[in-house]
Amino acid sequence: MPTLLPPKFGPYGGQFVPETLMPALIELEAAFVSAQNDPEFQRTFDKLMASFVGRPTPLTYAKRLSEQLGGAQIYLKREDLAHTGAHKINNALGQALLVKRMGKHRIVAETGAGQHGVASATAAALLGLECVVYMGTVDIARQEPNVFRMKLLGATVRPVTSGTQTLKDAINEAIRDWVTNVRDTHYLLGSALGPHPYPTMVRTFQSVIGREAREQMLAEVGRLPDTVIACVGGGSNAIGVFSGFVDDAEVELIGVEAGGSGIASGKHAARFGDPSKARVGVIHGTRTYVLQTEDGQIAETHSVSAGLDYAAVGPEHAQLRDMERAFYTSATDREALAGFQTLCRTEGIIPALESSHAVAEALKRAPGMRKDQVILVNLSGRGDKDLNTVIKELGQL
Amino acid sequence: MSRLDNAFQNRPIFMPYYPVGYPDLETSIDVLEALAKNGADLIEVGLSFSDPLADGPIIQKATQIALEQGVTTKQVIAAVAELRKRGVEIPLVLMGYYNPMLAYGLENFIREAADAGADGFIIPDLPPEESAEFAHALSGTTLPQITMLAPTTPGARMESIARHAQGFIYLVSVTGVTGARTGVAEGLAELVARVREHTSVPVCVGFGIGSPEQAKTVGALADGVIVGSACVREIGQSAKPVETAKEFAGRFRAALK
Repeated sequence: MPTLLPPKFGPYGGQFVPETLMPALIELEAAFVSAQNDPEFQRTFDKLMASFVGRPTPLTYAKRLSEQLGGAQIYLKREDLAHTGAHKINNALGQALLVKRMGKHRIVAETGAGQHGVASATAAALLGLECVVYMGTVDIARQEPNVFRMKLLGATVRPVTSGTQTLKDAINEAIRDWVTNVRDTHYLLGSALGPHPYPTMVRTFQSVIGREAREQMLAEVGRLPDTVIACVGGGSNAIGVFSGFVDDAEVELIGVEAGGSGIASGKHAARFGDPSKARVGVIHGTRTYVLQTEDGQIAETHSVSAGLDYAAVGPEHAQLRDMERAFYTSATDREALAGFQTLCRTEGIIPALESSHAVAEALKRAPGMRKDQVILVNLSGRGDKDLNTVIKELGQL
Repeated sequence: MSRLDNAFQNRPIFMPYYPVGYPDLETSIDVLEALAKNGADLIEVGLSFSDPLADGPIIQKATQIALEQGVTTKQVIAAVAELRKRGVEIPLVLMGYYNPMLAYGLENFIREAADAGADGFIIPDLPPEESAEFAHALSGTTLPQITMLAPTTPGARMESIARHAQGFIYLVSVTGVTGARTGVAEGLAELVARVREHTSVPVCVGFGIGSPEQAKTVGALADGVIVGSACVREIGQSAKPVETAKEFAGRFRAALK
């Protein structure tokens, strides 16, 4: 049965889900398309983005950091200043509005770092929806403040003890809940992953980042950036900011995956960085690059940042990479922690460990670029949630 | 007549699921043989996957243990060949998620499975929208990919899917994951009747059936009764898995007479 929107990105994407869920995906796609064509829905969304989320988020010139590195001028798109502290709220609110439109009253969500869980719980509280968040016990331990936040916001946090007890297992459990309660429940997927229409829908709701950033660059800096850098777990903040520049061929787009303990160690989440472990496969409803064993079992991943600790990457990123429109690299835990500290001290901004991977890439690139060149870093979230992890990694400062 | 068609001569059929490698490779093959020779009419031979998103806790745990035992796709195919060598003549349908099959290479997977004596494939995360690639790899064999339908499948969709069904239809009786439930899904009779409007292939019902009594009730409506989690749980908990498998198959077979 044909879909309303293209279900694939080249050979990637698709709808690899049990039959029970297919009707829900078809219903969701129809609701999304009709909402996109409904000016009233757009007005409601835009209004919430302004009055509740605090958009547009600012563009900040990282003056001291740029001077210290002595090369390109670095600008930060401040998604850390969005309500709830990360870009995740853009998508969570967009989907929650769709849930209301579909007449469902319950949402389930997965979360790794807890940012999407907090965003979902927030959207649910705002719109009067019941919210259940699945979170791996490993992630619960390392992102405790966000667990408390979700509970304060009225959500139920269900610990996931199966498998690796991280993001991938939380997604499994969220899908199992969804397949059981599909008639009244929406799965509020937090990244540009999963079966169609999720990757397209999440990108659409996150494209506000790129749209704003492009306008702000032109208005405040007078030109487009030479390079846009974003971290890539599932890839929603990256696809959001990239979408604003993808048609500007002269703007280089760089995605940064989690290099963990280093590619050679095998302990990482670099789906594009390790051809020995990453092949095209199918996981959680989509065909994309997946870290897996020779026998097709999903591999364990490692990253200091829970939000990047996932074995697959959003299918549109796989296509952008094939087209050589975007390029992908990785930053190790150590490099990310160094980026984290550097940004704290030079700019007075505590970034999320996920976003610190993008900062780390800027630290590598800027010195080799000219002073009249410009890097835009998408600072996807703030780092308050990561203090426990950072204290553990760096010791008492 | 193919083994699959032959199996449906006497209905309703009893169709247990059991994963290769649980609790270990040798025992699982003995269990499968015992099920086959003591009342199963068709077996779903389970190929384990690390992220079984349509399965409940019992099958999750069993397949996790199978993977910890190091079971591979090659061993699952070899297990089918071994069962044929031991004289198992009922249809053996491989049941597994798509990624391990892709990783193995679809053409090789299907050819080797067919050569080993498998009779078809059940792939819960491969709906009709995505099955063209697998169907292409199946061409040249007579093995079907078994069509799955759900209680949420709307009428028009059911009609267009059921029309192309081969072998039998796997009708998921409840929204949810695998696992025994009490009672029989409400509206099952109507659901089976809806499916039958669109197809003449046998309709087998699975998900949620755990007792011979439930099997009997479902057997009165459908052409086959699929029992997964209850089979895995009872045999897995037993100190004598092979004996339990014989007894389990006998009990369900008797209920479906």
